[in-house]
Amino acid sequence: MNEISASLGLAGELIAAGDARLAAIVGLSLRVSLTATLLSCVLGMPLGALLSVGRFPGRRTLIVLTNGFMGLPPVVVGLIVYLLLSRAGPLGSFGLLFTPAAMIVAQTVLITPIIAALTRQVIEDEWREYREQLRSLGARRVRVARTLLWNARFSLTTAALAGFGRAIAEVGAVMIVGGNIDGVTRVMTTTIALETSKGDLPLALALGAILIGVVLAINTGAYLFKQWAERRWG
Amino acid sequence: MGGWLQLENLGLTEGGVRIVADVTLEIGAGRTAILGPNGAGKSTLLRLMHGLLKPSAGRVAWPQPLSQGMVFQRPVMLRSSALANIEYGLALRGHAPDERRRRAQAALERVGLPELAGRQAKRLSGGEQQRVALARAWALEPQVLFLDEPTASLDPLSSREVERIVGEIAAAGTKIVMTTHNLGQARRMADEIVFIEGGRLLEQTPAAEFFRQPRTDAAREFIREEIG
Repeated sequence: MNEISASLGLAGELIAAGDARLAAIVGLSLRVSLTATLLSCVLGMPLGALLSVGRFPGRRTLIVLTNGFMGLPPVVVGLIVYLLLSRAGPLGSFGLLFTPAAMIVAQTVLITPIIAALTRQVIEDEWREYREQLRSLGARRVRVARTLLWNARFSLTTAALAGFGRAIAEVGAVMIVGGNIDGVTRVMTTTIALETSKGDLPLALALGAILIGVVLAINTGAYLFKQWAERRWG
Repeated sequence: MGGWLQLENLGLTEGGVRIVADVTLEIGAGRTAILGPNGAGKSTLLRLMHGLLKPSAGRVAWPQPLSQGMVFQRPVMLRSSALANIEYGLALRGHAPDERRRRAQAALERVGLPELAGRQAKRLSGGEQQRVALARAWALEPQVLFLDEPTASLDPLSSREVERIVGEIAAAGTKIVMTTHNLGQARRMADEIVFIEGGRLLEQTPAAEFFRQPRTDAAREFIREEIG
């Protein structure tokens, strides 16, 4: 119990001191995970919508795959992206390995299936409600997918938040493709892992508290925005 | 064969249950009401006509292609303004934005709701939503409008308003096919009655005659029970 309260105190001190290195680590975590979330929404939401309203060969297989890939182990994703981006790999010429861009790629691979699968679920419910009306009006499938995505925009924030939560909390993928290089690719989770292995548990725990605080703050902000937007435009 | 819509041995079987069985009829009237007790297959028949369901037997033939619209028992509104809901249908038909706005506003005025243009469609009352749904269908100027129990979930005041609007749509030249289990509504609105029960066509009779002297015992029984 003492350790935890000491760590919370330390976390408070770190924040109060406005430590520049801490700010850089938190900033990089947010930049990487928010960018990955954005990319995954751009990729995963249309994919999820097409999986629910579309009719094309391989649709069922893709549904099973997206559902299954929701539980991809981050270290495995990290390893695969590492192999793709390494000098000898097919994408090696871009020189992305051990950069924040590589971390964004890995997290995007990790959470796109989550966002796609959750989107599919939401859009399937919408499709049930709107199917006859939209078909009667003459909407084709791709148009239906677009319409329903926009129609479900408030529910879909939950899918985006689930993806973001997964991205910012994972350590395995960013550790492997980023390399946890001080000042370059060090994020909150890799710092926590490092400090823990060095034995500095209070600092690790303090960083953990800050990480949870950041996640809660973003979720609260998103929730309040959703409420406000629903009242305003809903 | 003077009808504008022909059903030939039309049938629909789902999970071994015959919902519509061997219906052959020709619709030529301007305003047709499909009457029948609950579960008779009225809505299914209407969906087959409109092409929302594929028949498992027979066919739906349109001697001349006519543009169609449909209004459902429970209005389905997109999460946007009343005006945007009407514009959506026009956008699907490829109308330019100016034209969409103009026609959508005109349609809202015709259903008596111009002041609700900017309101969230899903927050309107059931009656208002149904009138927006009618405006959405009307704005597309269909040659045939299908209505599935359009007033079944509405209060009497809204029902009257919906009947008035449908009457105006019909007067403007659109052919109407509606299902209802409301005898008064069928009497007020239809030129011809299609009476079905158990998925089968029992009679197709001019409305005045149907209410004065139905041809089948089942229809007579139905009228007695509904009035009773």
